[in-house]
Amino acid sequence: MNLPSPAVEVVGITKSYGDHHVLRGIDLTVPTGTVYALLGPNGAGKTTMVRILSTLITADTGEARVAGVDVRTQPDGVRRSIGVTGQFSAIDELLTGRENLRLMADLAHLPAREGAARVDELLGRFDLTEAADRRAATYSGGMKRRLDLAMTLVRLPRVIFLDEPTSGLDPRSRRDLWQIVRELLEDGVTIFLTTQYLEEADQLAHRVGLLDGGRLVATGTPEELKAQAGGETLDDVFLALTGHAIPTDDDLEDDLEAAR
Amino acid sequence: MTTLTYAVRDSSTMLRRNLKHLLRYPSLTLMIIGMPVVFLLLFVYVFGGTMGAGLPGTGGAVDGAASRADYLHYITPTLLVMTVASVANSTAILVAKDATEGIIDRFRTMPIARSAPLNGHVLAALAQTVFGVVVILGIAVALGYRAGDSVAGWAGAAGMLVLMGVAVTWLCVALGLASGSVEGASNAPMPLILLPFLSSGFVPTDSMPSGLAWVAEHQPFTPIIDTLRAFLDGRDPGADVWWAVGWCALVTVVCFWWAVRLFGRVRAG
Repeated sequence: MNLPSPAVEVVGITKSYGDHHVLRGIDLTVPTGTVYALLGPNGAGKTTMVRILSTLITADTGEARVAGVDVRTQPDGVRRSIGVTGQFSAIDELLTGRENLRLMADLAHLPAREGAARVDELLGRFDLTEAADRRAATYSGGMKRRLDLAMTLVRLPRVIFLDEPTSGLDPRSRRDLWQIVRELLEDGVTIFLTTQYLEEADQLAHRVGLLDGGRLVATGTPEELKAQAGGETLDDVFLALTGHAIPTDDDLEDDLEAAR
Repeated sequence: MTTLTYAVRDSSTMLRRNLKHLLRYPSLTLMIIGMPVVFLLLFVYVFGGTMGAGLPGTGGAVDGAASRADYLHYITPTLLVMTVASVANSTAILVAKDATEGIIDRFRTMPIARSAPLNGHVLAALAQTVFGVVVILGIAVALGYRAGDSVAGWAGAAGMLVLMGVAVTWLCVALGLASGSVEGASNAPMPLILLPFLSSGFVPTDSMPSGLAWVAEHQPFTPIIDTLRAFLDGRDPGADVWWAVGWCALVTVVCFWWAVRLFGRVRAG
């Protein structure tokens, strides 16, 4: 088997808004079929990185290729290979779950029968069959997130971007979503996710990049990073490398409290 | 399939989405059409008796019923134009709602025709416009409005309304995207509702003070309303039709370009 080209290759990406330097030179590579977690606190530049790689915005300098295609010069080529689920729900709340998925199938130009079959399969896989004909506005947070991800998967993307996929979800919904990510991996897709939560990166990622103040302060497998900083947890690593802590699960609980 | 057939297919998919929204929220359509209905009744029954007497060719004598009938005839084309503007106004809100809810980002990361989500809004607005125009015209006819019997005139009037609908809807799509919020989008198209009052829509422009008359004669609603009036009466609109078509074409081209550019634009964040 030939060595496949990396799913994501980023060299020297910078992005500023006025005097605010969001990304200060990012280099990273994500091998095909692996999970890469960009870990960092709020405001570290995680979402900006995802928006650049998913062709929503362009970088000031540097190059990025997704599925071997340049994001700046051939954005439509990149769009053919990717799926994106952002922090904010990108579902149509006036439509039912089934209609949302059908909309994606139609936009993917699937023939009618194939589209309907794909929609049914995804509804089943994401445990939405019973709620399929209810308006998405009536769904719980976890159901909305699952529908959002199901919509992303209609087109069978090869590279999936998940921007803080579990923020604001209850622990059970988080574990469900982790399970879905693991299943996707078995299908051979590449996943690029951002997270504020150590446990999430530790659970899912083959490689982790610690982003702080627009720079990657460390990259490696979770184990390598732990060895590098001589700590037991990614938290130790982050503290050792940046001098400040990143949010932990306690903060997640706080977030959930605040959201209630 | 070619790029064009994909664009048509994606646009019709988006149209189905927008039509579903409208069918699920009939109160929105009722509200949009309610405004011109209220204006029609208000202007005919409250103001019409006096206003109608001031129209050229009526002799100036106030005669309640006859004056109201004259005024109804004068303002029905204006109310049709305001119906089109009212639908467009709501499109700005729907577009802004889409843009603030994240689904637009999903569309922007998909390999679909760039203009498809916006085309869907414009086509749905046109469907709503046709519905609204039929309702307003039906009410006007019930009140006693009679148009001419020229088929060519009717076709011309329909064409004029569609052209204007396309133009003001693209304007509102762009305003909806530019506004950045649903609240902003609901205010941005206000001139569309106010400009018909500063035109030949409710009174002849030569009855206005000279400065205002000049503005009224040179803003797009005057040739559009005059053209519509002429077509509905079965008259030749003369040069007005070229001004009207020219304005619509200009607004459509500029606003289409502006809207598609805004849609693909870098959003801060």
